[in-house]
Amino acid sequence: MEINATLIGQMIAFSIFVWFTMKFVWPALQKAMRARQESISDGLAAAERGRRDLEQAEGKTTEMLQEARSKANEILEQANKRSNELIEEAREAARKEGERQFAQMQAQIEQELNQVKRELRDQVVTLAITGATRVLEREVDAKAHNDLLEDLAKQL
Amino acid sequence: MSENTGISEYIGHHLTNWRVGEGFWAIHADSLAVSVILGSIFCWVFWMVARKATAGVPGGLQTFVELMVEFIDGLVKDTYPGKNPLVAPLALTIFVWVFLMNLMDLVPIDLAPETMHALGWDYFKILPTVNLNITFGLSLSVLGLIIVFSFMYKGPGGYLKEILFHPFDHWALVPFNMVLNIVELLAKPISLSLRLFGNLYAAELIFVLIAAMTLAYGVLEVFTSVGGIFLLIGQIILATIWAIFHILVVPLQAFIFMMLTIVYLSMAAEHH
Repeated sequence: MEINATLIGQMIAFSIFVWFTMKFVWPALQKAMRARQESISDGLAAAERGRRDLEQAEGKTTEMLQEARSKANEILEQANKRSNELIEEAREAARKEGERQFAQMQAQIEQELNQVKRELRDQVVTLAITGATRVLEREVDAKAHNDLLEDLAKQL
Repeated sequence: MSENTGISEYIGHHLTNWRVGEGFWAIHADSLAVSVILGSIFCWVFWMVARKATAGVPGGLQTFVELMVEFIDGLVKDTYPGKNPLVAPLALTIFVWVFLMNLMDLVPIDLAPETMHALGWDYFKILPTVNLNITFGLSLSVLGLIIVFSFMYKGPGGYLKEILFHPFDHWALVPFNMVLNIVELLAKPISLSLRLFGNLYAAELIFVLIAAMTLAYGVLEVFTSVGGIFLLIGQIILATIWAIFHILVVPLQAFIFMMLTIVYLSMAAEHH
């Protein structure tokens, strides 16, 4: 095997290829790879952040749900209480109304009774006078005895 | 007797380069051309990928190229102290280029010479790494870089001091140290290139010998005679096994060449 100018040619070719790789191939590839690495790590960080946000939101949701539930319970309780009160009030009002009507009725009845009594008395008086008139046959002066008869009627 | 001369002629033909010119300034045009073409293919493919490289989802070729870059970047970062913009691209070039050149070992043994013969060339050796000029071309370039790195990182004085006073720090042992260090320095490119050359030369030679098994038979005779069929089957089996074995050897030798280059350059850049 002889050593000849091929050696020099090979050395020149070698240096050209290495220079080319160093200048045009290596940096561009490294740059792209580093950029991808960064974007991947960014993506992972974003995913992590999203996960944490979701967790937080879930916690908040649970909290809000609990709050809403307790508020609803409170409202329900209040409504129950209010309805009880209303029922009580209504009952009271009905009772009072009933009593009032009862009293009114009683008063009316009494009044009617009194009127009936008076009418009856008047009629009795009239009847008595009529009777007396018949009995006395025009001898009794109606005017003279009117006061007396009225007293009598009052005593009835 | 005529059969033997036929075989030796066949082997000799396979081991002869296509030479242009005479004496030292002659050029083994086949080795150099294949080597430059393969190096250009490497540069072109990697450049195409690098030009269109995106940070988004990479395509198949980009993934492959990035895998190589990642692999070599990892090796260089693990081995080489500090940062140097040259070492990693150098390692990548050596690995892929030597790999591609070694891969020519798996081209069917008669394909290139016969094709080129039909086109008018007398000799054509397609495997560049069985040419000492090629392997020494690589390793002497590496030697040059070792010396440059030593000067750069240690300074001329520091490097001279290391040559004279390392490993034995005594005035009386200066000549001994000098011889030792120079031998060590020169052993690096020699071992690099001879290892690659030897491995591929042996591989090529065995392929040639396997191919020569049925040389005594004519094309028709191989298929018609019992001995011919027997040898043909044996030849196919042996060539297959040897080729499979070289699927391992081809990248391994490329890797060793690259790795040792990184190690030598690291040693040059390190302070003792």
